[in-house]
Amino acid sequence: MLIAGLLLGVLSYFISSNHIVFDGVMVFTYLASIGLGGLFWVSVEYVASAVWSTPMRRVFEFISSLIPVLFLLAVPLFFALRAAYEWTRDGIVKTDPALLMKAPYLNVPAFIFRTLFVLAIWSLFYVLIVRNSQRQDFSSDQILTRRNVKLSAAFIPIFGLTITAFSIDWLMSLAPDWYSTIFGVYYFSGTALSSMAAATIFVVTLNEKGYFPVKLTRDHYYNLGGLLFAFANFWAYIAFSQFMLIWYGNLPEETAWIAPRIHGSWLAISVVLFLMHFIVPFFALITRSAKMNPGRLVFISFWILAAHAVDIYWIVMPTYSPDKAVFGLGEVSALLIAAGVIIVTFAIKARGVNLVPIGDPKLKRGLEFHL
Amino acid sequence: MRDDRLYGIAALFDNPDKVLLAAKEVAEGGYKKFDVYTPYPLHGMDNAMKLKQSKVGIVTLISGMIGVVSALLFMWWTNSVDYPLVIGGKPLFALPNYIPITFELGVLFGSVSTVIGLLIIFLNLPRNSHPLHDTNFMKRVSSDKFGICIEAADPLFDANTISNWFRKLGAESIEEIYYRPEYISLRQAIFDPKYIGAIILVALISSGATYFTLNEILFMRPWTSLNEQDKVLPETRSKFYADGFAMRPPVEGTVARGQLPYFFSSNEMKAAESYMVNPLLPTKRVMEIGQRDYNTYCSPCHGYQGNGDSRLRGQFPNPPTLHSDTLRKAPDGHFYQVITDGFMGIMPSYARQISPDERWAIIWYIRALQKSHNVKG
Repeated sequence: MLIAGLLLGVLSYFISSNHIVFDGVMVFTYLASIGLGGLFWVSVEYVASAVWSTPMRRVFEFISSLIPVLFLLAVPLFFALRAAYEWTRDGIVKTDPALLMKAPYLNVPAFIFRTLFVLAIWSLFYVLIVRNSQRQDFSSDQILTRRNVKLSAAFIPIFGLTITAFSIDWLMSLAPDWYSTIFGVYYFSGTALSSMAAATIFVVTLNEKGYFPVKLTRDHYYNLGGLLFAFANFWAYIAFSQFMLIWYGNLPEETAWIAPRIHGSWLAISVVLFLMHFIVPFFALITRSAKMNPGRLVFISFWILAAHAVDIYWIVMPTYSPDKAVFGLGEVSALLIAAGVIIVTFAIKARGVNLVPIGDPKLKRGLEFHL
Repeated sequence: MRDDRLYGIAALFDNPDKVLLAAKEVAEGGYKKFDVYTPYPLHGMDNAMKLKQSKVGIVTLISGMIGVVSALLFMWWTNSVDYPLVIGGKPLFALPNYIPITFELGVLFGSVSTVIGLLIIFLNLPRNSHPLHDTNFMKRVSSDKFGICIEAADPLFDANTISNWFRKLGAESIEEIYYRPEYISLRQAIFDPKYIGAIILVALISSGATYFTLNEILFMRPWTSLNEQDKVLPETRSKFYADGFAMRPPVEGTVARGQLPYFFSSNEMKAAESYMVNPLLPTKRVMEIGQRDYNTYCSPCHGYQGNGDSRLRGQFPNPPTLHSDTLRKAPDGHFYQVITDGFMGIMPSYARQISPDERWAIIWYIRALQKSHNVKG
């Protein structure tokens, strides 16, 4: 799938080289959100001393192994920034006073430095936290849990700052004149939701097929479903907050971003996004029994991953084509590459590592978890 | 004494695992009318007791939806139908504006009705008495023990079997709970006339006190000190002035804002010419205003170029050209006087249409026209 995606990507590069850069940005930010979300949930588990998620923590760790892969994806994009980002072109910057003011922050060397810096910080925490967690399998040493709690407590505020900087650089600066102070939170809401959906797919499928070494109960499923439900609502809350303030204020420098998205075929995409990302998960997961139903959970998790892809598409693509929504070979290859990278990374990481943190002192309580 | 009725058999256990096991056994034994009493919520008790899903969720959903719909209807009716009001240039039915209030009202209705639903469904309000009240059993399960009670109303109920069974399950103490039927009568204490009377009395006193505070006490001294100021109101009497009038005539020579009088009458052209100078500088803005007003007010008769070529096709006598030597040499005050007061009884006064500053701007424009017609090569 990965190879097919890459081939298609190369093919569409020859059709339209600018277009494929936008697709690259989509794949990059999509995978970044899923991988980073995995590490976020791992650290939340440590900080909150949650026990219910301990048996499935490895899955979140595998998902967060996407973080080092991001370097590979970022480097080719560094060479193609001019195709997607207006502020890299001197001619445009010189004629736009707003861009001229932003130039000390928004310039290519600073952008590359920030991206590498942020990725390095994430990778550092990923390596430290996951290494401690995997060592515990052999030593069962409780001090490792305590160390991870401290690391996680340090990571969460850093995560908040870095994900904001990252989303501003890669997504918000696609429309460099525009700004929204809630944008980092908006990206975070998709991050938390999509990584939880990815983990739910793996956990529930493995457990239902009997590949999971321990038996998880419906009560564990309920918590996964509850978090999916909560973050689908959170996304809608944040997305609507952003939209309503811009709509109500009606200031030209803010509406410039919304305007292409509520006209023409982008309006249809916006409506579909709202239905996919909020309405369907809301009603699909609202009842108690739905949150415990494995088939329903896996389906809605795939659905949410698709909705998150539409979300990223909706953020990125209007810059490339403000008049009408475009969907071509590039997008197909983007989807294939994203899915391929997740599966390949997961398969490589899961080899030779216990699927359950057998040395974790919280494991027994986690398995006995009841609502 | 023993005309009391048996309510049920209650057993106390000393740890949560035992009561969980007992609840499971009782539920599997086919009993329906029983309940478990613990000092804190026990995980897994729902499954052990084979409880069905609570109905409170439905209450919450329905009343939340009622909140959503009523909020939308209320805002639509008040702002779009009953008293249409444009706010901030938005449509009369501005849905995005209404979403926050709709959300709030949905949450409010949902949460309040959840609490009310809990009180009614689980606590059986307005019933305010229960056979287990004031029993040793209830005292213990609200501090350190875990209890289970099977009601006598259950079809499978048999006192001896159940007592033996509880003992086997490890109960610490077993108690038969009796109650007096008259305490649990249909006529609840809450409907007692005395109780209702007391409620009405409290309502009257508190609302009366609130009314009195807000409408009377707050308007007494010393709370009104900020309202009472030494001042005079127009068209009233005042002891402050000897003549008793609050209003005073303005000081001699007072000029109202924007009402500067014009000092020269129509036969004082010489004085007007010598005393007045143009106070404006010929900036771009002044010239633009002058051109606009000249084209509006002057050009119909004087022509766009000031040649006296009227557009009125003889309906009104054509004025002379503005480019004559006399007029080119005439001081600015001459034009001002003419615009303000009219000329020779033919040109009317434009004082009401054109403000003083605009008149001076027009004069600058006329000067520009004159220069443009006399370019020295």
